[in-house]
Amino acid sequence: MAVLVLLAIAGLLATGVAGGLRCRAADGRVVVYGASLGISVLLVGVGVAALALPAATLRLPLFLPWIGARFRVDALAGFFLIVVNLGAATASLYGLGYGRHETAPERVLPFYPIFLGGLNLVVVAADAFGFLFAWELMSVASWALVIAHHHDPRNMRAGFLYLVMANLSGLALLLAFGLLAGPAGDYSFAAMAASHAAGGTAALALALALFGAGAKAGLIPLHAWLPEAHPAAPSHVSALMSGVMTKVAIYAFVRIAFDLLGATPWWEAVLVLALGGATAVLGVLYALMQRDLKRLLAYSTVENIGIVFIGLGLALAFRADDDPVGATLALTAALLHVFNHMLFKSLLFMGAGAVQTATGTRDMDQLGGLIHRLRFTSFAVLVGCAAISALPPLNGFVSEWLTFQAILLRPDLPQWGFKVMLPADGALLALAAALAAACFVKAFGITFLGRARSAAAADAVEVDGFMRAAMGGLVALCLLGGILPGVLIDALAPVARTVLGARLPEQLTLPWASIVPVGAARSSYDGLLIFLFVAMATSLTVAAIHRFASHAVRRAPAWDCGFPNPSPVTQYTADSFAQPLRRVFAGSLLGAHEVVTLPPPGDTAPARIEKTLRDPIWEYGYAPVVNGVDRLAGVLNKLQFLTIRRYLSLVFLALIALLLVLALWQ
Amino acid sequence: MGGFGFDVAHMLAGLLVLASLTMLYQDRLVTLINVLALHALILSASVAWQAHLQHAPDLFITAAIALGFKAAFIPWALRRIVVRLGLHREIETSAGIGPTMLAGMGLVALSLEVMLPVTAAADPVARQDIALALSVVLIGLLIMVTRRNAVSQVVGFLSIDDGISLAATGARGMPLVVEISVAFSVLVAFIVIGIFLFRIRERFDTVDLGVLDEFRGERR
Repeated sequence: MAVLVLLAIAGLLATGVAGGLRCRAADGRVVVYGASLGISVLLVGVGVAALALPAATLRLPLFLPWIGARFRVDALAGFFLIVVNLGAATASLYGLGYGRHETAPERVLPFYPIFLGGLNLVVVAADAFGFLFAWELMSVASWALVIAHHHDPRNMRAGFLYLVMANLSGLALLLAFGLLAGPAGDYSFAAMAASHAAGGTAALALALALFGAGAKAGLIPLHAWLPEAHPAAPSHVSALMSGVMTKVAIYAFVRIAFDLLGATPWWEAVLVLALGGATAVLGVLYALMQRDLKRLLAYSTVENIGIVFIGLGLALAFRADDDPVGATLALTAALLHVFNHMLFKSLLFMGAGAVQTATGTRDMDQLGGLIHRLRFTSFAVLVGCAAISALPPLNGFVSEWLTFQAILLRPDLPQWGFKVMLPADGALLALAAALAAACFVKAFGITFLGRARSAAAADAVEVDGFMRAAMGGLVALCLLGGILPGVLIDALAPVARTVLGARLPEQLTLPWASIVPVGAARSSYDGLLIFLFVAMATSLTVAAIHRFASHAVRRAPAWDCGFPNPSPVTQYTADSFAQPLRRVFAGSLLGAHEVVTLPPPGDTAPARIEKTLRDPIWEYGYAPVVNGVDRLAGVLNKLQFLTIRRYLSLVFLALIALLLVLALWQ
Repeated sequence: MGGFGFDVAHMLAGLLVLASLTMLYQDRLVTLINVLALHALILSASVAWQAHLQHAPDLFITAAIALGFKAAFIPWALRRIVVRLGLHREIETSAGIGPTMLAGMGLVALSLEVMLPVTAAADPVARQDIALALSVVLIGLLIMVTRRNAVSQVVGFLSIDDGISLAATGARGMPLVVEISVAFSVLVAFIVIGIFLFRIRERFDTVDLGVLDEFRGERR
């Protein structure tokens, strides 16, 4: 099985080379995306098999001589193989159509399969060296994709920021693995898991893993690069970065925190919970303030990463409290949300890409009325928006509901930190869910409803069959995941058994495809029944209207909603829709500020309203570091212009100083 | 290993340090090169004695390289360079003799202080050799730092190499190939530096590094 995965990864890398050779040819796009699609579908199959089969390991004489590289496909890796390759398969299918409009295919085609190869390699690597190699391969390939359209200086800035943060994240993981390997220095995951580091080492390693994985996943305050870099890439790559790469970062955290590490102190679970809650709420608040469709989606990814980390924090908390049932429930909820978010975030980014292809812009204030022009795309995006807003019977509801179940499971945890943090996280999660719904009402309403705000939006043409097929597949999966969640929960059982040694009760044996995660007395959810009810109620209503309503046609002036001016400018804009929430929440958190300038009486100039937003995390977290590094570089720059004798003297004095330290030490 | 063998090895290493210290206060280039030749001669004797003590015939080759190369060829070539550059009458003003000598003595003390405790478990000959070799290296660096003339910096560099050779041969089992490659790299460095000296001279009419600094506009 591991051999199959590695062969597939080798195939992806070879496709990258082929993409480099044939990128200018007319069929380069077909070769690259076609091969990626085929290999991804194969790997989804391998992932499904890995959930059922025992773990397979493989050792190859790659990378470091005499040490070699270890690979392992266990249930956890199998689950993430499914997540990665389901996303990759749909993105490749989408790319078949989307790549037709690519202006610089030579900057996308070679790196796309390599990016996929890196993502897969991270998941199956079973020693620190192979893991970090794959991690950096993934980072570098996606960086190349972020700066594919390098003529825009904003993209170059986003790429630079991304590279810096990716380096920091790699460094943190390197240090975490160094701690885990211990003085013996065995860097295989098997040895690390066997040694089960505990105490201070474990706490520090977990903190480093949180930093390393969190920086890649977009955990606040390490999220700054994400909303810059994800929208800069071509849309199917944005879908991969947001939907898949952040999940691979979560894989890294799960692998280190639950598989390699032993029990960690309870206060770290509180830390993870606090960061998760803050990320969920702040991420969606940022998203609400955006006008750029893809930036909005990227910030919403930050929010969903927060939800996943709440689940992971709960699992850590329950594990610290020796409660395998609770830990299993929380971990299952987190992993289910990983899967679901991959589905609907890929779908939404593809929808944004379709809008961009059709209209040439991502600025919501230039869009509107697209529901008449892009009928399929607007339906697909609507389903995605409903799913991400956690509306039943779609899949987003199930995982957020499970997360709530995990929060409500044990209000009696003994440590004081949890007594404060669990209710707080419940409230934050509820707030984030509500704000996310508002955010996606805005995203869908401003973009697809109303009247077109620009000529480009008025003349938009529906996208081609490949892109529609990719979105349609994801829509179907979102619906299936929502009405048959038991299948997914049962599929996650081997994963939980691998890393926690416990599993949730079997769900598929229950009648009517309902799910009962902990006990029938506590809670149950039946997506199928809700779906059937919604479907029946809707069709009955439609039938009733068609049966009983009058068929007479009557022409009358349209109600103008009190706006007699038919200009599209009079509609709600993205910013005006978000204004109430901006005033309530963003004033203190994001420094939102509005200045209204009214012309003096008699002046016919228009009144102006100016809105300013500040990012306190950037101002107080990043800017001082950037300035400090800048100043230090300015000071050290003088060292570049010394004379030869001064350089020699510096070396000499450094040597003497070190020897003196050595002499005095003894 | 007899006491006599150890005493002779110790004496030769000590002589090498003494030659290094002598180099520190030579302000004429020609005498400085002569001392360098003496330095290499002592090194060669020391290596030969090590070869005898360790029954390692390949060390005799090292000794021969040191004798032919470092004690004869390089000083001869340097002398030629000095004469052709017209530097043989020049007196180089370096930092005062007193402070330099004091610094050199301090360096010897420091290296003994550092090395002797660290190598407590090692073979006594190697132990003395390494400690004294470190002081030779440090004094060589001190020469390079205090001198302003490019030729005397070359001399300082070569004396560092002598120190390294001393340390390497004191330790048993130093492969010949390493020694030969070190000698070869020194030769290459010497050739490159020699060519550079002439190029610098062609360009600036001097090999005084201070003038070069002025040319770069960064005299401080």
